[in-house]
Amino acid sequence: MTYALTLNNITCERDDRVLFSQLTATFSSGDMVQVVGPNGAGKTSLLKILTGLSHHYSGDLVWRDPSLGDCKIPSYDFYTSLLFLGHAIGVNSSLTPLENVSWYFGLHGPKEGKKTSVSSAEIIEALDKVGLAGYEDIPCYQMSAGQQRRVALARLYLSKAPLWVLDEPFTAIDKQGVHELEQCFNAHRERGGIVILTTHQSMHESNPVILDLADYIEAAQ
Amino acid sequence: MRSIPSFGQAFIATLKREMVMGFRNRGDIANPLIFLLSVIVFVPLGISSETAVLARLAPGMIWILALLATLLSLDRLFQSDFDDGSLEQSIVSGQSLYVLVVAKVLVHWLITGLPLTLLSPVLGMMMALPENGYWPLFLSLMLGTGTLSLIGAIGAALTVALRRGGLLLSLIIMPLYIPVLVFGAGAVNSAIEGGSSFAQISMLGGFVLLSFVLAPLAAAGALRVGVNT
Repeated sequence: MTYALTLNNITCERDDRVLFSQLTATFSSGDMVQVVGPNGAGKTSLLKILTGLSHHYSGDLVWRDPSLGDCKIPSYDFYTSLLFLGHAIGVNSSLTPLENVSWYFGLHGPKEGKKTSVSSAEIIEALDKVGLAGYEDIPCYQMSAGQQRRVALARLYLSKAPLWVLDEPFTAIDKQGVHELEQCFNAHRERGGIVILTTHQSMHESNPVILDLADYIEAAQ
Repeated sequence: MRSIPSFGQAFIATLKREMVMGFRNRGDIANPLIFLLSVIVFVPLGISSETAVLARLAPGMIWILALLATLLSLDRLFQSDFDDGSLEQSIVSGQSLYVLVVAKVLVHWLITGLPLTLLSPVLGMMMALPENGYWPLFLSLMLGTGTLSLIGAIGAALTVALRRGGLLLSLIIMPLYIPVLVFGAGAVNSAIEGGSSFAQISMLGGFVLLSFVLAPLAAAGALRVGVNT
């Protein structure tokens, strides 16, 4: 058995304008999906629908977990499987990276079995991996945009949630950083996880499935 | 089967974060208090410095100012979390939003309501409050500001997605604050007149318990609607 996220006839309508319609797809363990489309096509809206944050849609969403069976979205069981990186990244600028990441895991936990806490040592190690060694105690407002995003990306190295939904994870990240992120995505896929992301960059190392929202606009008009 | 941190762990994590943020932005804490102090200083200068007049005004004046000071500090309660995406992260964590709202409101009270309550004897003295009014003022403010923070959270949550929600927030919250003001000022007044303020204080205790149970529920619902944009 593997994890699977099924989208059945999803139609998204905002302000009397249909963004995309009858989107049907299944993503399962090991999949990496790149959602593409022109600006305003509804990429962020789709990710918000997938995470249960937005209800501006019709259709069915089902998350299948081998140990829990079918879960509704949103539901408690679904959220124990999710890691979401939104358009706004959830990093407070008056806190330090260490404080930001420990707050995140204080709420989310590593989502790995019964383990519910992450130690400071583990967080510092993850911050090292995203290139923020020595910045643990510098307030985030003193950091560059790219460094602030790296604080949010440190979650990827600690969370074992099977479903990753990432909105523009590469924004403001340098070439080397993009390379490392792609490696991280690949490792997650090998563990049996699913990665769904939006980006305008083409990824060379991870060979994603492309989901083009433009294909679902025609049917709408 | 995966578990997420327990209610207690999430509560502590939020409490810690809010306290640190409150401490880093100390100016925000001082603002309502300075507002309050300066008005109390201006009253004797602008109206009358006669003890009899001030003593008559004191309970109502201090209570109105406590109300306005709370209102001033409310619009920031959820705003920064909404803007930087922390609110979304709180929702997708799977944690009960009720618990997280309680933690945030508790910290809000600790940095606005509590200092105000502790400052109340000084305010009373500046307003020539009669001696037997001090304890009722202190107690009524202690219970009342808790209610003000809790009810205010509903308004702050309802207006979180609006760009300029300040005015609307006041309009939503003001009518709900009236009972607290009436019983709060009433408690002090009846003590000054030589009566007992037990009834009013009990009512305020009732308000704080009722709003503790219901207000976070309403605020959590409003926040979920707020992120659904």
